[in-house]
Amino acid sequence: MTNGTVGIGRRSVLAGAAAAGAVITLGAPAIRAQERSLKVGTYGGYFEDSFKKHIYPAFTKATGIKVDSVAEPTGEQWLLQLQQAAMAGQAPADVSMMANVPRIRGATAQLWAPLDEAKVPNAKNVIPTFLARYDGEKLYGVGAVSWFITLVTNTNVFKEAPGSWAALWDPANRDRVGLLALASNSFLVEITAKTHFADQPTVLDSEAGIMKVLGKLAELKPNVKLWYRDEGQFQAQLQSGEIPMGQYYHDVAGLAAKDGHPVRSTFPKEGGVVDSGSWCVSKASKKMEEAQIFIDYMCQPAVQATLSREVGTAPVIPKALTGLSDAEFAAVSSETAPIVPKYGMYLERGDWLAQKWTEMITA
Amino acid sequence: MRAYGRSTLVLAYPALVLGMFLLVPFGIMAALSVFRRVPAGTFEPAMVPDNYLNLLTPFFLDRIGFTLGLSAAVAVVCVALGFPFTYLLTRLPRRRQVPWLVFLLAVLALSEVIVGFAWSVLLSRTAGLSNLLVWLGLLSQPESWAPGLTAMMLGLCYLAFPYTVLVLYPSLSRLDPSYLEAARTLGASPLRGFFGVIVPVSRPAILATLVMVFVFALGAYVLPQLLGRPQHWTLAVHITDQALSRSNVPAAAAMSITLLLASLALVLVTAALGNRRKEQP
Repeated sequence: MTNGTVGIGRRSVLAGAAAAGAVITLGAPAIRAQERSLKVGTYGGYFEDSFKKHIYPAFTKATGIKVDSVAEPTGEQWLLQLQQAAMAGQAPADVSMMANVPRIRGATAQLWAPLDEAKVPNAKNVIPTFLARYDGEKLYGVGAVSWFITLVTNTNVFKEAPGSWAALWDPANRDRVGLLALASNSFLVEITAKTHFADQPTVLDSEAGIMKVLGKLAELKPNVKLWYRDEGQFQAQLQSGEIPMGQYYHDVAGLAAKDGHPVRSTFPKEGGVVDSGSWCVSKASKKMEEAQIFIDYMCQPAVQATLSREVGTAPVIPKALTGLSDAEFAAVSSETAPIVPKYGMYLERGDWLAQKWTEMITA
Repeated sequence: MRAYGRSTLVLAYPALVLGMFLLVPFGIMAALSVFRRVPAGTFEPAMVPDNYLNLLTPFFLDRIGFTLGLSAAVAVVCVALGFPFTYLLTRLPRRRQVPWLVFLLAVLALSEVIVGFAWSVLLSRTAGLSNLLVWLGLLSQPESWAPGLTAMMLGLCYLAFPYTVLVLYPSLSRLDPSYLEAARTLGASPLRGFFGVIVPVSRPAILATLVMVFVFALGAYVLPQLLGRPQHWTLAVHITDQALSRSNVPAAAAMSITLLLASLALVLVTAALGNRRKEQP
C-alpha cells in the first residue's frame, strides 16, 4: 500500500517533470523567435520612468520590439560599466543615452558601434550638431533629447525673476545659492565667461584665460550654501526656500512648478546652458538591427514632440518639424541664444581643469 | 592530528572568503593605480608611477590631513561620550538595558543618506530646531545651522555613536564591580574611582573602539556632502568624483591606496603606543 502510493507518486512526478521539460525545450525557441527585445539605458529615476510610461509602449506597438529598460547611473559611471562589460563581450544595455563628455570618451576607446545611416533614415531630421561621427565620417551617436540648465528661484523669496546669471554674484544673495559641484556638470566656467567676459570670446581657449574665469567664479563662493552632486539634495531645499536660488534643470524645475511648488525657472539674458544626450550602441551588443530601428523611431518628429510634451526635454530636430506650438516650445526651450558647453575643454585639459576647480571651491 | 586537520578545514572557508572578497578587489585596485590615464578617454593597462606622483600636491596633503584629523576627532568625541554612557548603561538592571540597546540598534538600521537628510532638515532655517527656540522665546528669528563643520561632526558622531557603545558594551559589562568598590573603600570619590580605576583598566577596549570608530569615519562620503561645505569634503568624496565623474579610475585607486596606507600606519602606531604603555610598570 505504502509502496504503491510512493510508486504512483514518483511516476506522476516524473511524468510532470518530462512534460515541463518538453514545454521548456519546445516553447523556448518559439518565444525567442516571436519576441524581439532591446535593452535601452536612460538615467534612472524620473527620466527612466517617463520613457517607460510615454515612449516604450508605443515603440513596442509600432515595431513589435520589446524594450527592457535599464536605469543608468549619472556621471561617467555608466561609461566605465559599459566599457568593462564590453571587454568581457557583454552589453548591459544595447542602446544607451550618453551625455556628451562620456560619449566622446567612449568614442576615443572605440566603444560605440558605427551605425548604418541607411537603416536610420530619420537621423536626417536631427540638427547636425547633435550627430556624432568617427573622424567626421562614420555615424556613432544620434541626438536623443536636449535639456537646459537655467537660473531657478523660489517664488516666495524672490517676487521678481532675476534676469541675469549675474544675480549669483549679487552680495544680497549671500548664503542663498545652490550650484552643481563639478566643473563638468555645472558648466559654470562657461556661464562665468559669458556673463563677465563677453568681450573676450576666446578667454576659455587658454589655461591663463580659464584661470582668470575661475578667479571671477571664486568671488561668488560666499553666496553658495550648497554645492550639490545629486538633484535631490538641492530640489527639496529650493522648494522649501532654505536655498532660494541656484542653477537647475529647466525640465525638472518645470515639473516641480506644475506640482504646485513655489519654484520658477528663468532663461537669463545670457542664455541657459544647453546640454544633450545621444543614443549610442555598445560594440558588444548583438542587437544592432533592433538598436537602429529604435534610434530611427526616436528621431521621428512626432516622437520628439511627445518627448517635449511629456518629459519636458527640448527636441533635437528643428522646431518647424516637430509641430509643437509656440507655447509648447517655449515651455521646454528658449529663443535666447544658449550657452554651449565647451566639451573639447573637458577632454583636452579636463584633469587640469577639474583639479583647479576643486582647489578653487574647497579653498 | 585529526582535530588539527579539521580546524584547518574550518578556517579555510573564512580564508577563502577573505581572499575572494578582500584581497582580490584590493589587488585589482592596486593594479589599477598604476594604469595610464588617457586624457580624452578613460585609462589603459600600464605600469606607471604617475598617479602617485600626481598626489604630491599641497591640495592632496591638505585633504588627507583633514580626513585623518576629522576621523580622529569623531573617534575621540564618540569614545568620550560613549564610554561613560556605556559604563552607566551596564550598571543598570538588565531589563532597563534592553530598550537602550534596541534603540541603538534601530539607529544603526538607518542609512547614511536618511541620517544626512534628517539632520539637514533639523538644522535648517525653514523647518529646523531653531524654530522651536524661537517659539520658546530663546531666539529672535530662526537660524540655519547647516551646512558647516559642527553640523557635519554632529551627523558623523550620531552615526558612529551606536557602534561605539556596542563595541564598548561587552568589555564594560564584564568589568568586575569590586574594582570600584575597592577604590571607594580606600576613600576615592566616585569620579576619582571612575577615572583612576575604570578608565585605566579599560584601556584596551578604549583603544580598540577608537580605532574602530576612526576607520568607520574614514569612509564618510554622504554626510560631508549633505552637511559640510566644500572645505569639509573628505577624501572619500574626492575619490568618488575622480572615479565616477571623471572616469579617472587610476587616480581614484592611487588616492584610495594612499589613504589606506596612511590610516593603517596611524592605527599601527596607536596600537604600538597602547602596548608600550601597558608594559611600563
